Amino acid sequence: MKAAVEHVLSPEDISSSCQQLVIDGARLQMAYAWFPQPGEPPEVLYLADRGPHEAFPLLRCRLSKGVAELPSLAPQIPLLGWYEREMMDLCGITFAGHPEPRPLVLHEGARPPMPPLDPRYPKNEMIAFTSMPWELPPVEGSDVQMLPFGPVRGDVLESAQIAFYYIGEAILHCHPRLFFKHRGMEKRFEGLTPQFGVLIAERVSAIGSVSHALAFCQGVEAACECEIPSRARYLRTVLAEMERLYNHLYYLGHLCHTTTLKVGEAQGKLLAEQCKQLNGVFAGSRFLRGLLKPGGLRRDLNLHGLPPKLYALEPEIEGYMQALEKTNSHLDRLITTGHLPQNVAFDQGASGPIKRASGIKRDLRLDHPYAAYELFPFKIPVRQEGDAHARAQVRMEEIRSSIGMIVEAIEQMPEGPVERDLHPIPGSEGLGWCEGPRGSTYYCVHLDSAGRLARVKVKSPSFSNWRVFPFTVHDTNMMDYAINEASFGLTMAGCDR
Amino acid sequence: MPIWTLYGISRGVATTPWPGKSEAGQQPGVLGLPLFNPDRCEENCRACVDSCLPDAIGIESSRAGERLTIDYGKCIACQLCTEACPNDALKKSNQWAFGVRKREDLVWAEALATTEAQELKNGIRRNFGRSLHIRHVDAGSCNGCESELQALNNPYYNLHRLGIFFTPSPRFADLLLVTGSVTYAMRGPLLETYNAMPEPKWVMAVGTCAVSGGIIGGGYSCSHGLEEFLPVDIYLPGCPPNPSAMIHALLVLLRRAEQLVHGGHYEH
Repeated sequence: MKAAVEHVLSPEDISSSCQQLVIDGARLQMAYAWFPQPGEPPEVLYLADRGPHEAFPLLRCRLSKGVAELPSLAPQIPLLGWYEREMMDLCGITFAGHPEPRPLVLHEGARPPMPPLDPRYPKNEMIAFTSMPWELPPVEGSDVQMLPFGPVRGDVLESAQIAFYYIGEAILHCHPRLFFKHRGMEKRFEGLTPQFGVLIAERVSAIGSVSHALAFCQGVEAACECEIPSRARYLRTVLAEMERLYNHLYYLGHLCHTTTLKVGEAQGKLLAEQCKQLNGVFAGSRFLRGLLKPGGLRRDLNLHGLPPKLYALEPEIEGYMQALEKTNSHLDRLITTGHLPQNVAFDQGASGPIKRASGIKRDLRLDHPYAAYELFPFKIPVRQEGDAHARAQVRMEEIRSSIGMIVEAIEQMPEGPVERDLHPIPGSEGLGWCEGPRGSTYYCVHLDSAGRLARVKVKSPSFSNWRVFPFTVHDTNMMDYAINEASFGLTMAGCDR
Repeated sequence: MPIWTLYGISRGVATTPWPGKSEAGQQPGVLGLPLFNPDRCEENCRACVDSCLPDAIGIESSRAGERLTIDYGKCIACQLCTEACPNDALKKSNQWAFGVRKREDLVWAEALATTEAQELKNGIRRNFGRSLHIRHVDAGSCNGCESELQALNNPYYNLHRLGIFFTPSPRFADLLLVTGSVTYAMRGPLLETYNAMPEPKWVMAVGTCAVSGGIIGGGYSCSHGLEEFLPVDIYLPGCPPNPSAMIHALLVLLRRAEQLVHGGHYEH
């Protein structure tokens, strides 16, 4: 795979090699499987990150015919647990010794005629499903109560179900059931041209449209050895930062909603709205959709009018953030809430602002620069506290650096074409990545012999962060739950795909 | 410590005067669904058909020859057809107010349908025109529709001023607002929510996914939209529809605004 360093291994060696990577200080990013040939056994791939400016190691392992089984690595490398369960559900591979060998992505009661990601899976066939009771861990005790919550939740929220075991106010155990919204997005890429594929990538998670489209396009461009023009790199940087800006402002407003700071909520959401309107004015889409394509951009943008608008907005945003930081009632609810220790964040796979708020200084924009980020260095905000307040502070810092980057990139933007012809190389593979508002997004793109998409694996930041989130809920109290969830800034669509 | 009440007052009124006092200034720049001008269409050109991923544009053959069919209920507003069309027969537009009461109205018809719009349920304006309570269900969306629904309650759109509210319980709800293409796992919770609502009740499909399944409809996990399960009273395509389009569609439901799209034709 282009843009990664490959090691081909046998099923027996995979466990020791992955563990060696971890011992050497690398961090596994994801694992997935695909079927290179219909009817042939699948191939399992593990992607890791060795740290800043080091190539991504990629371990690949072809299973032998008739043995769809690998040893589970989840006991040693816990963040792989969900990826392995996903492969069990969607690719029909068994992971021996898995600590939680239950379905994850497909719900109990779903009976697909064959693993859905098998290329032979019949087109347009919905999986058979009979609703089954949710298997919950037994929790006993005379005063223990259970509160099931969702999947249809209060307000306008995405669907997810959470069960709380609690005594009085104290939460003993929180058990989420997600993937109600699993739409089979990765399957949808199959057989499409890369130009159509970007439409699917944009729709994996709307509030991460640019991040997903960008990671996808970069994956295709890596596979097809396509260098995009310099102006396109700058424009992509601006779009990605505009996405971060409206996301983080909405996040601050929503956090105020959970701490019942009403005016703070209104102001944060108003600022987010103003940014979305700027997206509409300058890019034609409030979610910045319909602009990226493999090879560059679909059309050029005239952004000269944007910096003055941002300059007008900046003091509003700055004043708002400073006011939040001086509001005791707000801070009281955030400080020490939902503590995520650094080792848990690292081992369980926390991503983006969540890991940076727990003391892990990683940001793909600087560590593995893409688009034009190399030219716009910034300081990665890091906090050691690991609480809801730290997570908000990291985002506030990112808002500040985003505005600066957008303005700088527009001022220095070179003239020239914004796209280059892309010639798909049959059978090629590429890795693309992007640090979105919620964290690292990776796309692994495999092209088939006709240059169409054979398999696209999406690693979204919310998949990583939803896995981590329950660790901050156990042993806390009910009143803090909503604040804690808001402080993570999670999406279901990105997680469930 | 800041005094938030003063802070809020000092910011003045942020709410848009639309709809009502002003028509202008809504969603400047935002590209809506492409508009179709068949007079400019070239014979034997399939450029738009080939550029449409969700099959919203098709060709219908009959004895009279081939003709283009457009179903706005499937359009994801990706604008690829407007880039592919050599003659501007399909043009980028800023029209997004595509809320309609009948699904057929999203399908481009050769001639405008002349039949009178049928009253769905009498008295919706009299009884609910000034107070409508909505229960939202996310049946498997990309979160775009939710993001715009959440925006309805920001100070700019301030949905409350129109007497329209979101309610946590289906027991208090008059309207079930559904987003997403209805995954197998959300089918049950969706129907349970609908059944928990008191009569009379209405159903609204928001976003191209809920209207027709969108780009993901018909896969291993998703159905072809809400119609397969519930009687839909109002359809609003868009990917996602912007908050103004949502307000317009809600007002169309309440008979407080005119439906602008009939037989796939957008009326100016």
